[in-house]
Formats: sequence, structure tokens, C-alpha cells
Amino acid sequence: MHVVSPIRETLVLNGKTYHDVTEDICKQVEGKPTKEWKIVFGISVLVLLYGTAWVFWTWWEGLGVWGLNKTVGWAWDITNFVWWVGIGHAGTLISAVLLLFRQKWRTSINRAAEAMTIFAVICAASFIVMHMGRPWLAYFALPLPNTFGSLWVNFNSPLVWDVFAISTYFSVSCLFWYIGLIPDLATIRDRATGTRKKVYGALAIGWTGGAKAWARYEDVSLILAGLSTPLVLSVHTIVSFDFATSVIPGWHTTIFPPYFVAGAIFSGFAMVQNLMLVTRVVYKLEDYVTLEHISLMNKIITLTGSVVGIAYITEFFIAAYSGVEYEQYAFINRATGPLWWSYWAMMTCNVLSPQLFWFKKVRENILVSFIMAVVVNIGMWFERFVIIVTSLHRDYLPSSWTYFTPRMGDISDYIFSFGFFFTAFFLFSKFLPVINMAEVKSVLKSSSEKYPEKKKVTA
Amino acid sequence: MADSKYLVGVFDDGDELLHAVEDIRHQGVKIHEAFTPFAIHGLDKALGYSFPRMGVAAFLFGITGTLCALLLTFWTMGVDWPINVGGKNFFPFPTNIPIVFELTVLLAAFGMSFTFFFMEDLGPTSKPIIFDVRSTDDKFVVAIDLAKNKLSETEISKLLKESGASEVNVKEV
Repeated sequence: MHVVSPIRETLVLNGKTYHDVTEDICKQVEGKPTKEWKIVFGISVLVLLYGTAWVFWTWWEGLGVWGLNKTVGWAWDITNFVWWVGIGHAGTLISAVLLLFRQKWRTSINRAAEAMTIFAVICAASFIVMHMGRPWLAYFALPLPNTFGSLWVNFNSPLVWDVFAISTYFSVSCLFWYIGLIPDLATIRDRATGTRKKVYGALAIGWTGGAKAWARYEDVSLILAGLSTPLVLSVHTIVSFDFATSVIPGWHTTIFPPYFVAGAIFSGFAMVQNLMLVTRVVYKLEDYVTLEHISLMNKIITLTGSVVGIAYITEFFIAAYSGVEYEQYAFINRATGPLWWSYWAMMTCNVLSPQLFWFKKVRENILVSFIMAVVVNIGMWFERFVIIVTSLHRDYLPSSWTYFTPRMGDISDYIFSFGFFFTAFFLFSKFLPVINMAEVKSVLKSSSEKYPEKKKVTA
Repeated sequence: MADSKYLVGVFDDGDELLHAVEDIRHQGVKIHEAFTPFAIHGLDKALGYSFPRMGVAAFLFGITGTLCALLLTFWTMGVDWPINVGGKNFFPFPTNIPIVFELTVLLAAFGMSFTFFFMEDLGPTSKPIIFDVRSTDDKFVVAIDLAKNKLSETEISKLLKESGASEVNVKEV
């Protein structure tokens, strides 16, 4: 009979049965959109429209609508890019790495986290296209034959690696997400009638849940997880190479790849935390996304926040220890220069505040968790801002030293990405199941209150 | 296919289905397929299926990706239009690792997944036979093709009931 360890934590509350899981999750897909959904979706669309207008203005007018100058050639654009890519790491981390580690708590958050990944990567890519200034020439980044221009792309350049890394990551994430969706789409198909049956039927690509198909499916999922894990690490490593392979003091450091990856997981988990805390209330999924899940995510936030903190201190130490004056100055300038406030905002938000999660009471408080996740994301945005702008604004030539002030273009194009992200997320959460039903059902026996009890009686 | 007659045993629990499959196969009944809302570990083994080898597809597509990427970077950088950057190598191997890695992963992931779709005949236009619509919700279903079995309908039905089926239905497709 089925034996469950008494110390295994409960992941699905209130004795849900298999059918309850189907009902609870399909309800939001099958029902009419609620008033709350319409309101938040409407706001997101308005924000997206405002942002889109500004993005077109950016393209029409040129990058002069941003606050960039001769010295600071990268600012909010690349900050936003790295920030969004970082956020995009949590989805794959939750579904792939936690799958390899056999962490059952991933089952109720992986779907939403993967969706978030895809939308975040699109937001990130939009900044890459925007910062090109002439986005209609974006295809120059692709290895196209000579007739298109004069040369091939330079495969020695981290910027070209980035194009490959981000596009591979995006497409493999979409694939992983879709493969995870297939059994749930079949569930919706089998409950639906009329047009919905046709649409979800086509999306479910004829899935029936046969044993042979499941065996292969599990094999495919495991191998995809195995492929995605090094992929996700490679993506932020390559993003960090954009900086690390340069000769700018403050960027040219070997610690960047692991430090960027830890930061990415950190901010990604914070964003998942924010989205899940809202989604569980809006769709009444408190039995699936429990305090246990929130607390576990907070633990990962504390761990990665501490890793990032150690990286900050190491960077500082190595700059001092290297004896390179430029390097030393870059770091002193970060902490005490004209942009000191961004450095200390980063330190407070990323290193100090997550330490509060050592206390169980704080870790299991929903409001505090939500606020902390927002704080972490603010901190991680400042981290990229600090790395990019404070390293650039005082360069080798003191006569060109300057300050960076954002203009409406910077701010509005950033707002555009939020509009897109939330519009896409709300559309996803209305039309697709936000929780992976098949996977939740598969852990129900070992992780719900009901089944162990039932089995104790029969055993 | 028009006149195939199947006996469909419906179970309420995955473990019961797993044991039932073992039992009735032991009695010499040939099972068409079992359908479950989620993967039941060990069910494929109980049905006598061989171990899934999707890794072979992943490896073959992956190695294709590796070779294509090496060919692409080597040919463009080293042969077609070599660029002299301070007298360095035209084709420095380490700087090509990121591209090679990304294309390996890309081809392995997509190649394996599409091999899986092809092997399982999954596609937007495929019309699957659904023996019981509840098998994607909360029921665990086993389908037995009567024409391929020596035992009679009533005998198999009895076996299914004995091994814990909550319902036994007949489905003609």
C-alpha cells in the first residue's frame, strides 16, 4: 500500500480529491471573467497602450528621448533588460531544477512561474530591440549571408552570444511550458463543448493520457529539465559576459557569472512570490499555494539574497586587493560618489531586508512576504543600475564625467514593459490553467491531508 | 476500426489500476492501453512496455546541433570572411563555446520534443479515441480489445471487477 512519511509537509490542504483539483483549476478557465479580472486587465491594457505609444515615439524620434549622453551610453535600457531576464530565470529554475531535485512543492507554482518567464523574456528582448535605435535593422544581429551586408556577425562577441542565448532560452522555455500544458489542455477539452472543445482540442494535440505516452512524456520532461538547467545558467552567464568581457572598471570581473545567476534567481523568486500571492487570492487557490509554499520561496529568497550579498562584498574586497587604482576608484565611487543612494538602496533591499526571513513569523506572513518581494525587485533593479550607470558615469577621462538623469522616454518605456507583462499574465491566467493539474494530482496522495488517512485505514 | 469492441474498466485510484493491470495480465488478458490523469510510475512496466528512450533522440539532435554550430562558426569566421583582430586567431575555439552550447540545447530540446509528438501521433489535427472522458479528470481507465483476447467479455469483465474496477463499460469504435 501507499506509505507516506509523517514528517512530509502537507502541500494541498482541505482534503482535495482528484476531481476537486480539476474543478478548482478549470473553474477560472471555463467561467466568465470576474469583475476583478476585468478591472486589473483593463488597467494593464491602458498601461500597455500608453507604453506602446511611447515605444513608437522612441523609434520615431530616436534614442534622444532617453536621458543617455556621451559618457553614459547604457542606462535604463540595459538595466531593464538585465532585470527582466533575471526575473525570467525563476520559471525554469522552479520547473527544471526543482524537478531534478524532486521537490514536490514546485507542482503548484511551476505553471505560473514558467508563464512569467516567457513574458519576462519578451519584455527583456523588447529593450534590446529598443536600444538598437533602429529596430528595423534588428536582423543584423543574426548570422545572415553576406548579401545582406558586408560581413557575418562576429561570433567572438558576447552581444552575439546573447542573441543566441536569449532566443534559445525563450524558445526552449515556450516548449517546456507547452509540453507541461498538454495534459491539462486535454482535461479542459474533455470537459468542454462547442468552440471551446475545438480550440482546446487542437491545443491538446490529441493527448489521451495513455500509459505509453505518459512514460515517454515523463522521460521528455526529465531530459528537458536536464537541458534547461545548464541553459538557464548559461543565459545569465552570457548576459554577465556583456559586461565582464569589457575593459570598464567595475564590469571587468570574473565573479560576474555566478553573481548574476544568483541575483537572477533572487529577483525571479521575488516576482513569482508577488504573482502567486495575488493569483492565489484572485482565483481562490489558497489550498494549493499554501503558507508552506510561500515560506519555502522565502527561504530561497534569503539564500540567494545572501549569496548576492557575499558577491557584493567580494567584489569590493577584490577591487581593493587587486591594487588596480581604476578598479578601486570605481568601487569607492559606487558607495560614496554622486550615485551613492542607488548603491545603498541596493544594499538595503537585497542584502539586509531578506535577512528578516530568518524569523519564521516573518517568513509566514503574507503581507510581509508581498512587500519584501517588491522590495527585492526594487533592489535588484538598482543592482543593475549601479553596475551599469555608476561604472560608466565617471570614465577614464575626468572632463567627460557626468551624471545620469532619466527622461520621460526612459520611464515610459519601462512602464511599457510592465503593461505588456501584466496584460500577458492576466490573459494567460484567464485562458489557461494557472496550476498544473496533472502534477498536483500526482503529488496529492503523498502530500494531502486526506489520502494518507484513508490509506492508514485500509493498510 | 469501425467495429472494434473494447471493454473499459474504470478505477478510482491509480495504485488499484496498477495492481489490476498486473493481475489481469497475469491471467493472460491482453491490454490495449491504460489511460490515467497523471503519470502512474511503474504502469508502463506493468503493461510490459520497454523503457522510454527519448534520450537517444535528444542525443542525436543535440550532436547535430553541436556539429552545425561548429560548422557555422568555423566556416563564417575562419573560411568565408576571416577578420584580423590584432593578429589573433581567426577561429579561437573558446569564444565559440557559447554558440555551440546554445545550438546544441536548442536542437536537442526541439528535436526530442517533436520526435515525441511524432511517435505518439500528437498534432493539432489528430483525432484520438477517448475511451472515457473522465480519464483526464479523476478516473483511471484500462481498455481491453475483445477481438484480441481469447477470454469472453463476461470473463474479462469479472476479472476487472474482482481486481477493483468501479465500473466496466463497453465501448465500440
